[in-house]
Amino acid sequence: MENIDFSLVDWSRAQFALTAMYHWLFVPLTLGLSFIIAFMETLYVRTGNPEWKRITKFWMTLFGINFAIGVATGIILEFEFGTNWSNYSWFVGDIFGAPLAIEGIMAFFLESTFIAVMFFGWNKVSKKFHLLSTWLVAIGSNLSALWILVANGWMQNPAGMKFNPDTARNEMVNFWEVLFSPVAINKFLHTISSGYVLASIFVIGVSAWYLLKNREHQLAKKSILVASVYGLITTAFVVLTGDGSARTMAKYQPMKFAAMENLYVGQQNAPLVAIGILKQDSKEDLHKKQDFRFELEIPNMLSYMAFLDPNAYVPGIQDIVHGNAEHNIPSFQERSEKGKIAINSLADYKNAKKAGNDSLAKVSLANFEANYSNFGYGFYAGRNVHELIPSIPTTFYSFRIMVWLGVHFGLLFLVVLILTLKDTIDKKRFILYTALWSIPLAYIASELGWVVAEVGRQPWVIQNILPTIAAVSQLKSSSVQITFWLFFIIFTGLLIAEVKIMTNSIKKGSVSDDHESTNH
Amino acid sequence: MKGVLQNIFQFYYQGFKSMTLGKRLWTIIIIKLFVIFVVLKLFFFPNFLKTNFKTDEQRSNHVIEQLTK
Repeated sequence: MENIDFSLVDWSRAQFALTAMYHWLFVPLTLGLSFIIAFMETLYVRTGNPEWKRITKFWMTLFGINFAIGVATGIILEFEFGTNWSNYSWFVGDIFGAPLAIEGIMAFFLESTFIAVMFFGWNKVSKKFHLLSTWLVAIGSNLSALWILVANGWMQNPAGMKFNPDTARNEMVNFWEVLFSPVAINKFLHTISSGYVLASIFVIGVSAWYLLKNREHQLAKKSILVASVYGLITTAFVVLTGDGSARTMAKYQPMKFAAMENLYVGQQNAPLVAIGILKQDSKEDLHKKQDFRFELEIPNMLSYMAFLDPNAYVPGIQDIVHGNAEHNIPSFQERSEKGKIAINSLADYKNAKKAGNDSLAKVSLANFEANYSNFGYGFYAGRNVHELIPSIPTTFYSFRIMVWLGVHFGLLFLVVLILTLKDTIDKKRFILYTALWSIPLAYIASELGWVVAEVGRQPWVIQNILPTIAAVSQLKSSSVQITFWLFFIIFTGLLIAEVKIMTNSIKKGSVSDDHESTNH
Repeated sequence: MKGVLQNIFQFYYQGFKSMTLGKRLWTIIIIKLFVIFVVLKLFFFPNFLKTNFKTDEQRSNHVIEQLTK
Protein backbone atom coordinates (compact mmCIF):
# COMPACT_ATOMS: atom_id res chain seq x y z
CA MET A 1 0.00 0.00 0.00
CA GLU A 2 2.68 2.46 -1.06
CA ASN A 3 0.69 4.58 -3.52
CA ILE A 4 -2.80 5.19 -2.26
CA ASP A 5 -5.07 7.38 -4.32
CA PHE A 6 -6.88 9.13 -1.48
CA SER A 7 -9.03 11.01 -3.95
CA LEU A 8 -10.34 7.64 -5.20
CA VAL A 9 -10.93 6.36 -1.65
CA ASP A 10 -12.69 9.57 -0.60
CA TRP A 11 -14.91 9.75 -3.69
CA SER A 12 -15.80 6.05 -3.37
CA ARG A 13 -16.72 6.61 0.27
CA ALA A 14 -18.68 9.76 -0.59
CA GLN A 15 -20.56 7.89 -3.31
CA PHE A 16 -21.48 5.04 -0.99
CA ALA A 17 -22.47 7.43 1.79
CA LEU A 18 -24.66 9.44 -0.60
CA THR A 19 -26.52 6.40 -1.94
CA ALA A 20 -26.87 4.77 1.50
CA MET A 21 -28.21 7.98 3.07
CA TYR A 22 -30.68 8.59 0.25
CA HIS A 23 -31.79 4.94 0.43
CA TRP A 24 -32.29 5.35 4.17
CA LEU A 25 -34.69 8.26 3.59
CA PHE A 26 -37.24 5.72 2.34
CA VAL A 27 -36.60 2.65 4.50
CA PRO A 28 -37.50 3.68 8.08
CA LEU A 29 -40.95 4.95 7.12
CA THR A 30 -41.69 1.63 5.38
CA LEU A 31 -40.53 -0.32 8.44
CA GLY A 32 -42.54 1.68 10.94
CA LEU A 33 -45.63 2.68 8.99
CA SER A 34 -46.28 -0.93 7.94
CA PHE A 35 -46.87 -1.85 11.60
CA ILE A 36 -48.93 1.26 12.34
CA ILE A 37 -51.20 0.35 9.41
CA ALA A 38 -51.42 -3.23 10.68
CA PHE A 39 -52.50 -1.96 14.13
CA MET A 40 -55.11 0.33 12.58
CA GLU A 41 -56.52 -2.43 10.41
CA THR A 42 -56.61 -4.73 13.44
CA LEU A 43 -58.74 -2.09 15.18
CA TYR A 44 -61.01 -2.03 12.13
CA VAL A 45 -61.42 -5.82 12.07
CA ARG A 46 -61.98 -6.03 15.83
CA THR A 47 -64.41 -3.11 16.14
CA GLY A 48 -66.03 -3.22 12.69
CA ASN A 49 -65.91 0.60 12.74
CA PRO A 50 -65.60 1.76 9.08
CA GLU A 51 -63.78 4.89 10.30
CA TRP A 52 -60.76 2.70 11.07
CA LYS A 53 -60.92 1.26 7.55
CA ARG A 54 -60.87 4.76 6.07
CA ILE A 55 -57.93 5.70 8.31
CA THR A 56 -56.07 2.49 7.45
CA LYS A 57 -56.56 3.09 3.73
CA PHE A 58 -55.35 6.69 3.99
CA TRP A 59 -52.06 5.71 5.66
CA MET A 60 -51.75 2.76 3.32
CA THR A 61 -51.73 5.21 0.41
CA LEU A 62 -48.84 7.13 1.93
CA PHE A 63 -47.10 3.84 2.69
CA GLY A 64 -47.57 2.82 -0.96
CA ILE A 65 -46.06 6.08 -2.23
CA ASN A 66 -43.02 5.73 0.01
CA PHE A 67 -42.64 2.04 -0.86
CA ALA A 68 -42.92 2.67 -4.62
CA ILE A 69 -40.41 5.51 -4.68
CA GLY A 70 -37.95 3.76 -2.36
CA VAL A 71 -38.11 0.25 -3.76
CA ALA A 72 -34.89 -0.96 -5.41
CA THR A 73 -32.86 2.07 -4.31
CA GLY A 74 -30.80 -0.31 -2.16
CA ILE A 75 -29.83 -2.38 -5.20
CA ILE A 76 -27.47 0.42 -6.19
CA LEU A 77 -25.43 -0.26 -3.06
CA GLU A 78 -24.90 -3.81 -4.30
CA PHE A 79 -23.74 -2.50 -7.68
CA GLU A 80 -21.23 -0.33 -5.87
CA PHE A 81 -19.88 -3.34 -3.98
CA GLY A 82 -19.04 -5.04 -7.27
CA THR A 83 -17.69 -1.98 -9.06
CA ASN A 84 -16.17 0.35 -6.50
CA TRP A 85 -15.40 -2.04 -3.65
CA SER A 86 -14.40 -5.16 -5.55
CA ASN A 87 -11.61 -6.23 -3.16
CA TYR A 88 -14.02 -5.98 -0.25
CA SER A 89 -16.81 -7.66 -2.18
CA TRP A 90 -14.57 -10.63 -2.99
CA PHE A 91 -13.08 -10.73 0.50
CA VAL A 92 -16.49 -11.03 2.22
CA GLY A 93 -18.39 -12.84 -0.54
CA ASP A 94 -19.47 -15.93 1.34
CA ILE A 95 -20.50 -14.06 4.45
CA PHE A 96 -22.68 -11.60 2.56
CA GLY A 97 -23.98 -14.16 0.08
CA ALA A 98 -26.28 -16.07 2.45
CA PRO A 99 -27.90 -13.13 4.28
CA LEU A 100 -28.43 -11.14 1.07
CA ALA A 101 -29.89 -14.16 -0.74
CA ILE A 102 -32.31 -14.75 2.14
CA GLU A 103 -33.19 -11.06 2.07
CA GLY A 104 -33.92 -11.19 -1.66
CA ILE A 105 -36.14 -14.26 -1.39
CA MET A 106 -37.96 -12.98 1.67
CA ALA A 107 -38.49 -9.50 0.26
CA PHE A 108 -39.73 -10.89 -3.03
CA PHE A 109 -42.15 -13.49 -1.68
CA LEU A 110 -43.51 -11.78 1.40
CA GLU A 111 -43.63 -8.20 0.25
CA SER A 112 -44.48 -8.58 -3.42
CA THR A 113 -47.13 -11.25 -2.83
CA PHE A 114 -48.93 -9.82 0.15
CA ILE A 115 -48.55 -6.17 -0.76
CA ALA A 116 -50.78 -6.90 -3.78
CA VAL A 117 -53.44 -8.37 -1.46
CA MET A 118 -53.01 -5.36 0.83
CA PHE A 119 -53.75 -2.88 -1.96
CA PHE A 120 -55.98 -4.82 -4.37
CA GLY A 121 -57.70 -7.15 -1.91
CA TRP A 122 -60.19 -4.81 -0.16
CA ASN A 123 -63.64 -6.36 -0.67
CA LYS A 124 -62.09 -9.23 -2.68
CA VAL A 125 -60.63 -11.35 0.10
CA SER A 126 -62.01 -11.88 3.60
CA LYS A 127 -61.35 -9.24 6.25
CA LYS A 128 -59.16 -11.63 8.20
CA PHE A 129 -57.08 -12.68 5.21
CA HIS A 130 -56.60 -9.03 4.28
CA LEU A 131 -55.48 -8.27 7.82
CA LEU A 132 -53.10 -11.24 7.74
CA SER A 133 -51.60 -9.92 4.49
CA THR A 134 -51.07 -6.48 6.03
CA TRP A 135 -49.29 -8.03 9.01
CA LEU A 136 -47.18 -10.22 6.71
CA VAL A 137 -46.10 -7.17 4.69
CA ALA A 138 -45.03 -5.49 7.94
CA ILE A 139 -43.21 -8.58 9.22
CA GLY A 140 -41.67 -9.27 5.79
CA SER A 141 -40.34 -5.71 5.41
CA ASN A 142 -38.80 -5.82 8.85
CA LEU A 143 -37.33 -9.29 8.40
CA SER A 144 -35.76 -8.33 5.10
CA ALA A 145 -34.06 -5.49 6.97
CA LEU A 146 -32.71 -8.09 9.40
CA TRP A 147 -30.40 -9.69 6.86
CA ILE A 148 -28.76 -6.56 5.54
CA LEU A 149 -28.28 -5.34 9.12
CA VAL A 150 -26.77 -8.70 10.09
CA ALA A 151 -24.31 -8.20 7.23
CA ASN A 152 -23.54 -4.69 8.49
CA GLY A 153 -23.20 -6.01 12.04
CA TRP A 154 -20.67 -8.56 10.79
CA MET A 155 -18.61 -5.74 9.29
CA GLN A 156 -18.56 -4.00 12.69
CA ASN A 157 -17.70 -7.23 14.50
CA PRO A 158 -16.57 -10.06 12.19
CA ALA A 159 -17.70 -13.34 13.79
CA GLY A 160 -18.48 -16.89 12.71
CA MET A 161 -16.09 -16.89 9.75
CA LYS A 162 -12.68 -18.16 8.69
CA PHE A 163 -10.46 -16.63 6.03
CA ASN A 164 -9.49 -19.01 3.24
CA PRO A 165 -6.02 -17.92 1.98
CA ASP A 166 -6.39 -19.99 -1.20
CA THR A 167 -9.49 -18.17 -2.39
CA ALA A 168 -8.89 -14.87 -0.52
CA ARG A 169 -12.43 -15.06 0.82
CA ASN A 170 -13.95 -15.26 4.26
CA GLU A 171 -16.09 -18.35 4.62
CA MET A 172 -18.92 -18.76 7.06
CA VAL A 173 -18.19 -21.48 9.60
CA ASN A 174 -21.02 -20.73 12.00
CA PHE A 175 -24.22 -19.15 10.64
CA TRP A 176 -25.66 -18.70 14.15
CA GLU A 177 -22.59 -16.78 15.33
CA VAL A 178 -23.06 -14.40 12.39
CA LEU A 179 -26.81 -14.07 13.00
CA PHE A 180 -26.71 -13.79 16.78
CA SER A 181 -23.58 -11.67 17.09
CA PRO A 182 -24.44 -9.13 19.83
CA VAL A 183 -23.51 -6.30 17.48
CA ALA A 184 -25.83 -7.60 14.75
CA ILE A 185 -28.74 -8.14 17.13
CA ASN A 186 -28.44 -4.70 18.73
CA LYS A 187 -27.96 -3.07 15.34
CA PHE A 188 -31.07 -4.72 13.95
CA LEU A 189 -33.28 -3.94 16.93
CA HIS A 190 -32.01 -0.37 17.33
CA THR A 191 -32.36 0.37 13.63
CA ILE A 192 -35.87 -0.98 13.15
CA SER A 193 -37.14 0.56 16.38
CA SER A 194 -35.75 3.94 15.30
CA GLY A 195 -37.80 3.45 12.11
CA TYR A 196 -40.89 2.89 14.27
CA VAL A 197 -40.24 6.17 16.08
CA LEU A 198 -39.76 8.00 12.77
CA ALA A 199 -43.02 6.57 11.42
CA SER A 200 -44.87 7.59 14.60
CA ILE A 201 -43.56 11.14 14.26
CA PHE A 202 -44.59 11.12 10.60
CA VAL A 203 -48.16 10.04 11.44
CA ILE A 204 -48.44 12.55 14.29
CA GLY A 205 -46.90 15.35 12.18
CA VAL A 206 -49.26 14.80 9.23
CA SER A 207 -52.23 14.52 11.61
CA ALA A 208 -51.14 17.75 13.30
CA TRP A 209 -51.18 19.48 9.91
CA TYR A 210 -54.80 18.40 9.44
CA LEU A 211 -55.75 19.76 12.84
CA LEU A 212 -53.98 23.04 12.08
CA LYS A 213 -55.97 23.23 8.84
CA ASN A 214 -59.15 22.29 10.70
CA ARG A 215 -59.67 19.19 8.55
CA GLU A 216 -59.96 15.41 9.05
CA HIS A 217 -60.52 15.67 12.81
CA GLN A 218 -61.50 12.04 13.35
CA LEU A 219 -58.67 10.67 11.24
CA ALA A 220 -56.11 12.97 12.85
CA LYS A 221 -57.09 12.32 16.47
CA LYS A 222 -57.41 8.55 16.08
CA SER A 223 -54.10 8.42 14.19
CA ILE A 224 -52.35 10.50 16.84
CA LEU A 225 -53.67 8.17 19.51
CA VAL A 226 -52.32 5.04 17.82
CA ALA A 227 -49.01 6.67 16.79
CA SER A 228 -48.29 8.26 20.18
CA VAL A 229 -48.80 4.98 22.07
CA TYR A 230 -46.74 3.13 19.47
CA GLY A 231 -44.13 5.90 19.55
CA LEU A 232 -43.87 5.86 23.35
CA ILE A 233 -43.38 2.08 23.48
CA THR A 234 -40.86 2.04 20.65
CA THR A 235 -38.96 5.01 22.09
CA ALA A 236 -38.37 2.93 25.22
CA PHE A 237 -37.18 0.14 22.96
CA VAL A 238 -34.83 2.53 21.13
CA VAL A 239 -33.33 3.58 24.48
CA LEU A 240 -32.81 -0.05 25.56
CA THR A 241 -31.28 -1.15 22.25
CA GLY A 242 -29.21 2.04 22.04
CA ASP A 243 -27.81 1.20 25.46
CA GLY A 244 -26.99 -2.30 24.20
CA SER A 245 -25.33 -0.82 21.10
CA ALA A 246 -23.16 1.45 23.24
CA ARG A 247 -21.96 -1.53 25.30
CA THR A 248 -21.10 -3.63 22.26
CA MET A 249 -19.35 -0.62 20.76
CA ALA A 250 -17.25 -0.13 23.90
CA LYS A 251 -16.29 -3.80 23.76
CA TYR A 252 -15.69 -4.37 20.04
CA GLN A 253 -15.02 -0.86 18.69
CA PRO A 254 -13.37 1.07 21.54
CA MET A 255 -11.93 3.70 19.19
CA LYS A 256 -15.39 4.53 17.87
CA PHE A 257 -16.65 4.77 21.44
CA ALA A 258 -13.77 7.04 22.55
CA ALA A 259 -14.18 9.25 19.46
CA MET A 260 -17.92 9.50 20.00
CA GLU A 261 -17.27 10.65 23.56
CA ASN A 262 -14.25 12.80 22.68
CA LEU A 263 -12.37 10.87 25.35
CA TYR A 264 -8.66 11.35 24.81
CA VAL A 265 -7.45 10.13 28.20
CA GLY A 266 -8.93 6.92 29.57
CA GLN A 267 -10.28 7.02 33.10
CA GLN A 268 -12.20 5.23 35.81
CA ASN A 269 -15.53 6.73 36.85
CA ALA A 270 -15.68 8.33 33.42
CA PRO A 271 -18.41 11.00 33.12
CA LEU A 272 -20.76 11.26 30.16
CA VAL A 273 -20.80 14.63 28.43
CA ALA A 274 -24.52 15.20 28.02
CA ILE A 275 -24.05 18.51 26.23
CA GLY A 276 -20.74 19.84 24.99
CA ILE A 277 -19.12 22.16 22.49
CA LEU A 278 -15.66 21.13 21.32
CA LYS A 279 -12.88 23.68 21.15
CA GLN A 280 -11.31 22.14 18.06
CA ASP A 281 -10.36 18.80 16.62
CA SER A 282 -6.99 18.32 18.31
CA LYS A 283 -6.41 14.89 16.74
CA GLU A 284 -2.92 16.04 15.79
CA ASP A 285 -1.96 16.42 19.45
CA LEU A 286 -2.88 13.21 21.18
CA HIS A 287 -1.06 14.15 24.38
CA LYS A 288 -3.28 17.08 25.00
CA LYS A 289 -6.67 16.30 26.45
CA GLN A 290 -9.39 17.61 24.23
CA ASP A 291 -10.94 20.71 25.76
CA PHE A 292 -14.51 21.78 25.61
CA ARG A 293 -15.76 25.33 25.22
CA PHE A 294 -18.71 24.20 27.26
CA GLU A 295 -19.63 20.87 28.82
CA LEU A 296 -22.34 19.44 31.02
CA GLU A 297 -21.26 16.13 32.53
CA ILE A 298 -23.13 13.28 34.21
CA PRO A 299 -20.65 11.75 36.72
CA ASN A 300 -19.70 8.04 36.25
CA MET A 301 -22.29 7.66 33.51
CA LEU A 302 -19.90 6.78 30.68
CA SER A 303 -18.30 3.98 32.74
CA TYR A 304 -21.74 2.67 33.59
CA MET A 305 -22.98 2.97 30.00
CA ALA A 306 -19.97 1.07 28.65
CA PHE A 307 -19.51 -1.66 31.27
CA LEU A 308 -22.51 -1.44 33.65
CA ASP A 309 -20.08 -0.43 36.38
CA PRO A 310 -19.68 3.21 37.49
CA ASN A 311 -16.06 2.50 38.52
CA ALA A 312 -15.03 0.81 35.26
CA TYR A 313 -12.07 2.08 33.24
CA VAL A 314 -13.04 3.47 29.85
CA PRO A 315 -10.05 3.56 27.47
CA GLY A 316 -9.39 6.86 25.72
CA ILE A 317 -7.91 7.56 22.30
CA GLN A 318 -4.39 7.81 23.81
CA ASP A 319 -4.73 4.33 25.38
CA ILE A 320 -5.85 2.80 22.11
CA VAL A 321 -3.15 4.52 20.06
CA HIS A 322 -0.21 4.12 22.43
CA GLY A 323 -1.40 1.02 24.31
CA ASN A 324 -2.04 0.57 28.00
CA ALA A 325 -0.31 -2.43 29.61
CA GLU A 326 -2.24 -2.08 32.87
CA HIS A 327 -5.54 -2.53 31.06
CA ASN A 328 -4.19 -4.99 28.53
CA ILE A 329 -4.68 -2.70 25.52
CA PRO A 330 -2.15 -3.21 22.69
CA SER A 331 -0.78 -0.16 20.88
CA PHE A 332 -1.37 0.61 17.21
CA GLN A 333 2.36 0.12 16.65
CA GLU A 334 2.14 -3.41 18.05
CA ARG A 335 -0.99 -4.21 16.07
CA SER A 336 0.39 -2.81 12.82
CA GLU A 337 3.54 -4.93 13.22
CA LYS A 338 1.42 -8.04 13.71
CA GLY A 339 -0.77 -7.02 10.79
CA LYS A 340 2.30 -6.60 8.59
CA ILE A 341 3.41 -10.12 9.57
CA ALA A 342 -0.05 -11.40 8.54
CA ILE A 343 0.14 -9.62 5.16
CA ASN A 344 3.68 -10.83 4.45
CA SER A 345 2.82 -14.37 5.57
CA LEU A 346 -0.14 -14.42 3.18
CA ALA A 347 2.17 -13.42 0.31
CA ASP A 348 4.75 -16.03 1.42
CA TYR A 349 2.04 -18.69 1.62
CA LYS A 350 0.84 -17.98 -1.92
CA ASN A 351 4.40 -17.98 -3.29
CA ALA A 352 5.29 -21.20 -1.43
CA LYS A 353 2.16 -22.91 -2.77
CA LYS A 354 3.04 -21.80 -6.27
CA ALA A 355 6.59 -23.12 -5.89
CA GLY A 356 5.33 -26.40 -4.37
CA ASN A 357 7.15 -25.72 -1.09
CA ASP A 358 4.67 -27.31 1.36
CA SER A 359 6.71 -26.88 4.52
CA LEU A 360 7.18 -23.12 3.93
CA ALA A 361 3.49 -22.86 3.04
CA LYS A 362 2.58 -24.51 6.34
CA VAL A 363 4.78 -22.20 8.41
CA SER A 364 3.55 -19.12 6.53
CA LEU A 365 -0.07 -20.16 7.02
CA ALA A 366 0.46 -20.66 10.77
CA ASN A 367 2.04 -17.18 10.99
CA PHE A 368 -0.79 -15.71 8.99
CA GLU A 369 -3.51 -17.28 11.12
CA ALA A 370 -1.79 -16.25 14.37
CA ASN A 371 -1.81 -12.61 13.26
CA TYR A 372 -4.98 -12.45 11.15
CA SER A 373 -6.99 -10.60 13.82
CA ASN A 374 -4.67 -7.61 13.21
CA PHE A 375 -4.52 -8.03 9.41
CA GLY A 376 -5.99 -4.60 8.65
CA TYR A 377 -3.48 -2.76 10.87
CA GLY A 378 -0.69 -4.03 8.60
CA PHE A 379 -1.79 -1.57 5.91
CA TYR A 380 -0.90 1.25 8.28
CA ALA A 381 2.63 0.12 9.13
CA GLY A 382 4.86 3.17 8.81
CA ARG A 383 1.93 5.47 8.15
CA ASN A 384 0.56 8.35 10.21
CA VAL A 385 -1.34 6.95 13.20
CA HIS A 386 -4.00 9.66 12.82
CA GLU A 387 -5.34 7.82 9.78
CA LEU A 388 -6.72 5.27 12.26
CA ILE A 389 -8.76 7.79 14.23
CA PRO A 390 -12.24 8.65 12.96
CA SER A 391 -13.53 12.21 12.76
CA ILE A 392 -14.18 13.15 16.38
CA PRO A 393 -16.42 16.23 15.89
CA THR A 394 -18.61 14.35 13.37
CA THR A 395 -19.22 11.37 15.67
CA PHE A 396 -19.41 13.47 18.86
CA TYR A 397 -22.02 15.93 17.57
CA SER A 398 -23.97 13.38 15.51
CA PHE A 399 -24.45 11.18 18.57
CA ARG A 400 -25.60 14.03 20.79
CA ILE A 401 -27.97 15.54 18.27
CA MET A 402 -29.47 12.08 17.67
CA VAL A 403 -29.92 11.42 21.39
CA TRP A 404 -31.44 14.82 22.21
CA LEU A 405 -33.80 14.58 19.26
CA GLY A 406 -34.80 11.16 20.63
CA VAL A 407 -35.57 12.77 23.99
CA HIS A 408 -37.63 15.41 22.18
CA PHE A 409 -39.62 12.70 20.34
CA GLY A 410 -40.28 10.79 23.58
CA LEU A 411 -41.62 13.92 25.29
CA LEU A 412 -43.67 14.84 22.24
CA PHE A 413 -45.33 11.38 22.20
CA LEU A 414 -46.22 11.77 25.87
CA VAL A 415 -47.59 15.29 25.49
CA VAL A 416 -49.70 14.56 22.39
CA LEU A 417 -51.03 11.36 23.99
CA ILE A 418 -52.18 13.24 27.10
CA LEU A 419 -53.70 16.07 25.04
CA THR A 420 -55.48 13.60 22.75
CA LEU A 421 -56.90 11.70 25.71
CA LYS A 422 -58.10 15.04 27.14
CA ASP A 423 -59.44 15.92 23.69
CA THR A 424 -57.76 19.32 23.75
CA ILE A 425 -55.01 18.73 21.21
CA ASP A 426 -56.66 20.71 18.42
CA LYS A 427 -56.46 23.84 20.57
CA LYS A 428 -52.70 23.52 21.23
CA ARG A 429 -51.35 25.07 18.07
CA PHE A 430 -47.78 25.32 19.37
CA ILE A 431 -47.71 21.56 20.02
CA LEU A 432 -49.26 20.91 16.61
CA TYR A 433 -46.62 23.03 14.88
CA THR A 434 -43.91 21.29 16.93
CA ALA A 435 -45.27 17.91 15.83
CA LEU A 436 -45.34 18.99 12.20
CA TRP A 437 -41.76 20.30 12.25
CA SER A 438 -40.62 17.17 14.02
CA ILE A 439 -41.02 15.20 10.77
CA PRO A 440 -37.76 16.49 9.22
CA LEU A 441 -36.10 16.22 12.65
CA ALA A 442 -36.95 12.50 12.78
CA TYR A 443 -35.22 12.00 9.43
CA ILE A 444 -32.20 13.97 10.64
CA ALA A 445 -31.97 11.83 13.81
CA SER A 446 -32.28 8.64 11.79
CA GLU A 447 -29.53 9.63 9.35
CA LEU A 448 -27.27 10.80 12.17
CA GLY A 449 -27.52 7.35 13.75
CA TRP A 450 -25.94 5.93 10.62
CA VAL A 451 -23.32 8.70 10.61
CA VAL A 452 -22.26 7.68 14.13
CA ALA A 453 -22.16 4.00 13.15
CA GLU A 454 -20.33 4.39 9.85
CA VAL A 455 -18.11 7.45 10.22
CA GLY A 456 -17.23 6.27 13.72
CA ARG A 457 -15.83 2.97 12.49
CA GLN A 458 -13.47 4.54 9.98
CA PRO A 459 -11.04 3.58 8.58
CA TRP A 460 -12.47 0.08 8.75
CA VAL A 461 -14.73 -1.55 6.22
CA ILE A 462 -14.39 -4.73 8.28
CA GLN A 463 -13.34 -3.94 11.83
CA ASN A 464 -9.58 -4.54 12.31
CA ILE A 465 -9.40 -6.72 9.18
CA LEU A 466 -9.92 -4.58 6.09
CA PRO A 467 -9.57 -0.79 5.82
CA THR A 468 -11.15 1.33 3.07
CA ILE A 469 -7.75 1.92 1.44
CA ALA A 470 -7.41 -1.84 0.77
CA ALA A 471 -11.07 -2.48 -0.05
CA VAL A 472 -11.49 -0.04 -2.91
CA SER A 473 -11.27 -0.98 -6.62
CA GLN A 474 -8.51 0.57 -8.65
CA LEU A 475 -10.70 2.78 -10.81
CA LYS A 476 -10.21 6.29 -12.07
CA SER A 477 -11.26 8.79 -9.43
CA SER A 478 -12.94 10.86 -12.15
CA SER A 479 -15.28 7.97 -13.10
CA VAL A 480 -16.37 7.65 -9.47
CA GLN A 481 -17.02 11.40 -9.39
CA ILE A 482 -19.24 11.11 -12.47
CA THR A 483 -21.39 8.38 -10.91
CA PHE A 484 -21.51 10.32 -7.63
CA TRP A 485 -23.16 13.28 -9.39
CA LEU A 486 -25.32 10.96 -11.45
CA PHE A 487 -26.69 9.39 -8.29
CA PHE A 488 -27.12 12.78 -6.72
CA ILE A 489 -29.36 13.85 -9.61
CA ILE A 490 -31.35 10.59 -9.73
CA PHE A 491 -31.94 10.36 -5.99
CA THR A 492 -32.78 14.04 -5.68
CA GLY A 493 -35.32 13.55 -8.46
CA LEU A 494 -36.83 10.60 -6.61
CA LEU A 495 -36.94 12.56 -3.37
CA ILE A 496 -38.70 15.49 -5.06
CA ALA A 497 -41.19 13.02 -6.61
CA GLU A 498 -41.79 11.43 -3.20
CA VAL A 499 -42.37 14.73 -1.42
CA LYS A 500 -44.57 16.08 -4.21
CA ILE A 501 -46.80 13.00 -4.56
CA MET A 502 -46.94 12.54 -0.80
CA THR A 503 -47.92 16.17 -0.09
CA ASN A 504 -50.54 16.06 -2.86
CA SER A 505 -52.08 12.94 -1.34
CA ILE A 506 -52.03 14.48 2.13
CA LYS A 507 -53.66 17.66 0.82
CA LYS A 508 -56.31 15.55 -0.87
CA GLY A 509 -56.99 13.81 2.43
CA SER A 510 -58.85 10.60 3.05
CA VAL A 511 -61.97 9.62 1.15
CA SER A 512 -64.89 7.55 2.21
CA ASP A 513 -65.07 3.93 1.15
CA ASP A 514 -67.55 4.82 -1.58
CA HIS A 515 -65.09 7.08 -3.37
CA GLU A 516 -61.80 5.28 -3.37
CA SER A 517 -59.59 7.68 -5.25
CA THR A 518 -56.61 6.37 -3.30
CA ASN A 519 -56.90 2.90 -4.77
CA HIS A 520 -53.53 1.57 -5.87
CA MET B 1 -56.37 -25.48 -11.06
CA LYS B 2 -57.34 -23.50 -14.15
CA GLY B 3 -60.01 -21.72 -12.14
CA VAL B 4 -57.52 -20.76 -9.42
CA LEU B 5 -55.07 -19.34 -11.94
CA GLN B 6 -57.88 -17.45 -13.64
CA ASN B 7 -58.94 -15.98 -10.30
CA ILE B 8 -55.38 -14.91 -9.52
CA PHE B 9 -55.09 -13.33 -12.99
CA GLN B 10 -58.40 -11.53 -12.55
CA PHE B 11 -57.35 -10.34 -9.08
CA TYR B 12 -54.21 -8.68 -10.44
CA TYR B 13 -55.87 -7.54 -13.68
CA GLN B 14 -58.75 -5.82 -11.88
CA GLY B 15 -56.37 -4.43 -9.29
CA PHE B 16 -54.07 -2.84 -11.86
CA LYS B 17 -57.01 -1.67 -13.98
CA SER B 18 -58.69 0.19 -11.13
CA MET B 19 -55.52 1.99 -10.03
CA THR B 20 -55.47 5.78 -10.06
CA LEU B 21 -52.51 7.09 -8.09
CA GLY B 22 -50.93 3.65 -8.45
CA LYS B 23 -50.57 4.16 -12.22
CA ARG B 24 -48.31 7.13 -11.66
CA LEU B 25 -46.34 5.20 -9.04
CA TRP B 26 -45.89 2.24 -11.37
CA THR B 27 -44.65 4.60 -14.09
CA ILE B 28 -42.04 5.91 -11.65
CA ILE B 29 -41.10 2.36 -10.63
CA ILE B 30 -40.68 1.20 -14.24
CA ILE B 31 -38.60 4.25 -15.22
CA LYS B 32 -36.50 3.81 -12.08
CA LEU B 33 -35.90 0.10 -12.69
CA PHE B 34 -34.94 0.84 -16.31
CA VAL B 35 -32.46 3.50 -15.22
CA ILE B 36 -31.02 1.27 -12.47
CA PHE B 37 -30.77 -2.04 -14.29
CA VAL B 38 -30.24 -0.94 -17.88
CA VAL B 39 -28.49 2.43 -17.82
CA LEU B 40 -26.55 2.33 -14.55
CA LYS B 41 -25.74 -1.37 -14.35
CA LEU B 42 -24.73 -1.80 -17.99
CA PHE B 43 -22.88 1.45 -18.60
CA PHE B 44 -21.62 2.63 -15.24
CA PHE B 45 -21.42 -0.35 -12.89
CA PRO B 46 -19.76 -3.36 -14.48
CA ASN B 47 -18.59 -5.89 -11.90
CA PHE B 48 -14.89 -5.04 -11.69
CA LEU B 49 -13.60 -8.57 -11.06
CA LYS B 50 -16.01 -10.33 -13.42
CA THR B 51 -15.19 -7.91 -16.23
CA ASN B 52 -11.43 -7.99 -15.84
CA PHE B 53 -10.83 -11.65 -14.96
CA LYS B 54 -12.14 -14.88 -16.42
CA THR B 55 -11.84 -17.36 -13.57
CA ASP B 56 -12.30 -17.31 -9.80
CA GLU B 57 -8.64 -18.28 -9.43
CA GLN B 58 -7.55 -15.19 -11.35
CA ARG B 59 -9.90 -13.08 -9.24
CA SER B 60 -8.57 -14.44 -5.96
CA ASN B 61 -4.98 -13.99 -7.16
CA HIS B 62 -5.73 -10.40 -8.08
CA VAL B 63 -7.29 -9.65 -4.67
CA ILE B 64 -4.38 -11.26 -2.82
CA GLU B 65 -1.96 -9.30 -4.97
CA GLN B 66 -3.84 -6.11 -4.11
CA LEU B 67 -3.81 -6.93 -0.41
CA THR B 68 -0.17 -7.95 -0.20
CA LYS B 69 1.56 -5.48 -2.55
